[in-house]
Amino acid sequence: MTVLTIKDLNVTFSTEGGDLRALRDVSFEVPERRIVGIVGESGCGKSTLINAILGLLADNGRIDGGSILFEGQELTALSAPKMRDLRGQRISTVFQDPMGALNPVLSVGRQMQNIQYRSGLSRAEKDARSVDMLRLVRIPDPEHAWARYPHEFSGGMKQRIAIAMALMMEPALLIADEPTTALDATLEVATIELLQDLQQQIGCSVLFISHHLGVIAELCDDVVVMYAGEVVERGTTRQVFNTPRHPYSIRLLECDPARQAERTRNLPTIPGEIPDLRRRPQGCIFANRCDRKVAACDELPPDVAVGDGQVARCILAEAV
Amino acid sequence: MLMYSVKRLGLAVIIVSLAMLMLFSMIYLIPGDPAAVALGPRATEAMREALRIKMGLDQPVWVQFWNFFTNAWTGDLGNEVLSDRPVAEVVMEQLPYTLALIAGGISWSVALGIPLGCWAAVKRGSMPDRIVGILSVAVIAVPSFVVAIYALLIFAVTLRWLPAIGAGEPGDLGDQLVHLILPSLAVGLGWVGYIARMVRASMLEVLEAQHIRTARAFGLPENMITYRYALTIAILPTVTLLGVGIGQMLSSAVFAEIVFARPGVGKLVYDAILTRNYPLVTGAVLVTTVLFVLLNLIADLIVGALDPRVRSRF
Ligand SMILES: Nc1ncnc2c1ncn2[C@@H]1O[C@H](COP(=O)(O)OP(=O)(O)OP(=O)(O)O)[C@@H](O)[C@H]1O
Ligand SMILES: [Mg+2]
Repeated sequence: MTVLTIKDLNVTFSTEGGDLRALRDVSFEVPERRIVGIVGESGCGKSTLINAILGLLADNGRIDGGSILFEGQELTALSAPKMRDLRGQRISTVFQDPMGALNPVLSVGRQMQNIQYRSGLSRAEKDARSVDMLRLVRIPDPEHAWARYPHEFSGGMKQRIAIAMALMMEPALLIADEPTTALDATLEVATIELLQDLQQQIGCSVLFISHHLGVIAELCDDVVVMYAGEVVERGTTRQVFNTPRHPYSIRLLECDPARQAERTRNLPTIPGEIPDLRRRPQGCIFANRCDRKVAACDELPPDVAVGDGQVARCILAEAV
Repeated sequence: MLMYSVKRLGLAVIIVSLAMLMLFSMIYLIPGDPAAVALGPRATEAMREALRIKMGLDQPVWVQFWNFFTNAWTGDLGNEVLSDRPVAEVVMEQLPYTLALIAGGISWSVALGIPLGCWAAVKRGSMPDRIVGILSVAVIAVPSFVVAIYALLIFAVTLRWLPAIGAGEPGDLGDQLVHLILPSLAVGLGWVGYIARMVRASMLEVLEAQHIRTARAFGLPENMITYRYALTIAILPTVTLLGVGIGQMLSSAVFAEIVFARPGVGKLVYDAILTRNYPLVTGAVLVTTVLFVLLNLIADLIVGALDPRVRSRF
């Protein structure tokens, strides 16, 4: 069973400089009870992808083509109220910035109460459930923490509270947009372990976004590699990390600082720049930076299946 | 919250003391002999000398200030010239009328300004937003005495819907409220514009905040997001602005009281200046200053009550 199936999704923003195609033909799946990681540099369209799934694209953005299938429902065709009913109930989100993600003038308990407004529980039942969730994410003294305000908690605690809120309605899919980027290394590890634990307990799927390859390798079952609004490669974590097939994935893994065997002064970086998404090249999106470019790269490459579920958008994928 | 209130109150006491010092220096530096002014041109030198001693003007300046300062803090603002009644008593008689006028002005500006600003922000870029924008600038630009005169001409004189002058029958609350409508509109109308603009701007800012995005991602109803999650934050700068704006409202109150022939501190000061009743002017100005500081203090306490971050900073 797959919880989420995205097929050939395209998203365009209208900007002053013309249409900006932020996502081109994005396809991947999130199977039940699995953690799928999305990696990619800043600006590659990770947040745009999430917003498209949630139906929260900015006013100047639109989905022009493709499908987002969630638990058998086509989200691109869903009405706004129906979509709202899914958010927070079946699909929940944890955002990057724990400092700004909670409302500063409402107590944590009140915010947790509001999230359950559709549950039909009495106020006392909602509050009991909130306290249980706070305990589950290891907030000390949850009965009292419940009445406090976000600014009274540390960054790590706030992120755990955000996770508690997201999991409160036992969603089928948890989307985590760089949930640990703003935390320091020890907190990052603790938060990842907590997420893993809770995912097991609740039995939900997770879409985990990060540009930290180490975290992805540790946490995720599957990986989706994005570059400039396209999925250039996807497969199991083992496949992508051990035998990457797209030249971009290969370079990305080479560049990961954690992989450098010895301390070098100059980290390897990929030469060249991401193309302007308003003037997207006709052919392969990575061609201008690729050291294996051939004439055929001027055509849009197909998604090449290279073995058990591993797919790369490169004509040379099988040869690499 | 207690610590916050205590500190804020201490600050208020310091501000009032400084205001007293400034007021005293002003009276002291104004050229001319207060005793001569009080007694008029036909008084003899002996009479003036006697009054100077009675008023303490023969003392060194710092003693004079100390006397003024301690008397003022105990509520003794001296006696007024014409009837020799205590200034504090005369001012306190008029104060309720002015307080009612200010409260009315604030009610108008809050009751109209906050919903209009909120509405404009939610419908940003639409026709209603533009109309609210233009109207806001228009009412800000019109001076309050012009509003007072036109309101009087239109609603009282031409349409005869509302009474033109006075503060209403003493003891008859309904009548007093009816008499309050036009003058308080004159005081508050400009503030409707200020507040609408302010609320719109801070609403737009808050609606962009990450926590609003989170609230949407939790599928909360749009009404709850607008009023409970965004507006409660967006009105905070408005409350502070109103606290400071009380000063401006007090000066509009002077015009409103004159145009509508209402009793009040503004009218009192106006009459006192015309009759050169200086102790009354000083006393009324001092009471107004204390009123301003107090209302400002209340505004800050309201912000503290609404915003847990402010509370914990103290
Ligand atoms: N509302 C918008 N209007 C126009 N362009 C946009 C808008 N939102 C995003 N973009 C563009 O779409 C592209 C993808 O942006 P997105 O925020 O999805 O990247 P990201 O992968 O989440 O980056 P980061 O890692 O920095 O969060 C970028 O080129 C960005 O400039
Ligand atoms: Mg992002």
